[in-house]
Amino acid sequence: MANKTDSNVYTVLFAIGMVIVVGSILAFLASVFNPQISLNKKLEKQQNILFSMGINEATLTNDEADVNTFVPTTEVTAVFKKYIKEQVVVEGDEVSQDSLAYLIDLKKETEKAKDPNYTRRLPVFIGEKDNEKFYIIPVRGSGLWDAIWGYIALNEDLNTVKGAYFDHKGETPGLGANIKEAYFYDDFKGEEIFDGNQFKGITVAKGNADPKNLDKTDHEVDAIAGATITGDGVTAMIKKDLAMYLPFFESIKNAAN
Amino acid sequence: MAEVAEQEEIVKVPKEPLFSKKNRKLITDPLTDNNPITIQVLGICSALAITAQLKASIVMAVSVLFVLGVGNVVISLMRNIIPSKIRIIVQLIVVAALVIIVDLVLKAFAYELSKELSVFIGLIITNCIIMGRFEAFALANGPWKSFLDGIGNAAGYGIILIIVGFFRELLGSGTLLGIAVLGDPIEKTGLYALGYENNGFMLLSPMALIVVGLIIWVQRSRNKALIED
Repeated sequence: MANKTDSNVYTVLFAIGMVIVVGSILAFLASVFNPQISLNKKLEKQQNILFSMGINEATLTNDEADVNTFVPTTEVTAVFKKYIKEQVVVEGDEVSQDSLAYLIDLKKETEKAKDPNYTRRLPVFIGEKDNEKFYIIPVRGSGLWDAIWGYIALNEDLNTVKGAYFDHKGETPGLGANIKEAYFYDDFKGEEIFDGNQFKGITVAKGNADPKNLDKTDHEVDAIAGATITGDGVTAMIKKDLAMYLPFFESIKNAAN
Repeated sequence: MAEVAEQEEIVKVPKEPLFSKKNRKLITDPLTDNNPITIQVLGICSALAITAQLKASIVMAVSVLFVLGVGNVVISLMRNIIPSKIRIIVQLIVVAALVIIVDLVLKAFAYELSKELSVFIGLIITNCIIMGRFEAFALANGPWKSFLDGIGNAAGYGIILIIVGFFRELLGSGTLLGIAVLGDPIEKTGLYALGYENNGFMLLSPMALIVVGLIIWVQRSRNKALIED
């Protein structure tokens, strides 16, 4: 029984037609939803930055139960304006103000920085709460499966960690994905990134002799069992990305003296 | 497969009412006696992966309901023009497109949830139930029957997911939809005051398999006709 749908010409034409139709539908929908999706991403960045310096829903509600919840998206823009006093971009020796520094795409910057003539743009967010000043540094690296990133808030001494927040694209649920759980990132609070004048970073350490994280001067936090490579990724991203800011830290410390 | 072949023969009757007995059976059968998970044992992977929390189970059930309901209709409408040589690829494109739409909608309107579910939404594409229904039913039946069949099978899948999610979250974390129902395990209130402990094992995938196994056991012991020799 020769059916017209069995011919090769028909099959090829059908395939081409289907690709065009489905492709256009998806492209149309993607462009319709894109503004909302990029707004969501923007608000999330603001939430993350505020969260790392200890501003969360509890700051607004005064309810201890909300400490691990972000500032709600409806209010985050106003709160961000209130607490983030300055956003600066470090380019080599130059430091400039840029109120959109939080939108700098670290992934693209890393790509561009492969060109030796390119000076990387390094964003820093300067927050202020209860008369204390914090420097918030974004970091980005790779975990086991995909990208991981986070924000490290440093106290005014540029040494002690005020707080940290990490997120990931596709780490294993229950293992590497737990870097975005409070029990992991809370351990960073109070850790120091310098040993005297020597930059040490913070290591996610297995067999850490200090699992309750009472020793704040060992530059180590306790690793997550079963997430070695994600943990190593966190260590590497903190060391590598904070190291790029060392000249900036130096200039601030010198200016203060 | 015997049941599937039977359904295909039934639907050739012209001009029957929208909710005839046979059409109603298309929805109710997959809920019980021809359940995709407990009888056909399809879609097990996602039933293991996402049922540690009730909320994720519900969202997955709703997403599959949408994809399978709409997908079955689309495939059914195209059933006479799809070249048989590439029909599997065409089916895949339809599922993939629908899943991308679900993903976009979640990203735009339920961003937090979409981050939690990210990988699993993509995995709907590989859900055997969907390809199975396209191939076994939608290619041979009209849109309305295909729609009912899609909804029925997705609901049968969703019910099992929600039952498993309910027990795993309740026994594993002592919460339901994130709300503590058994008291506070740290403060030792409620049940925990009596020495009750959460069973952390419930949160791991193997327990989903065991819970599904228990459901299969209960179902077959109540309906002996389902027991194979």
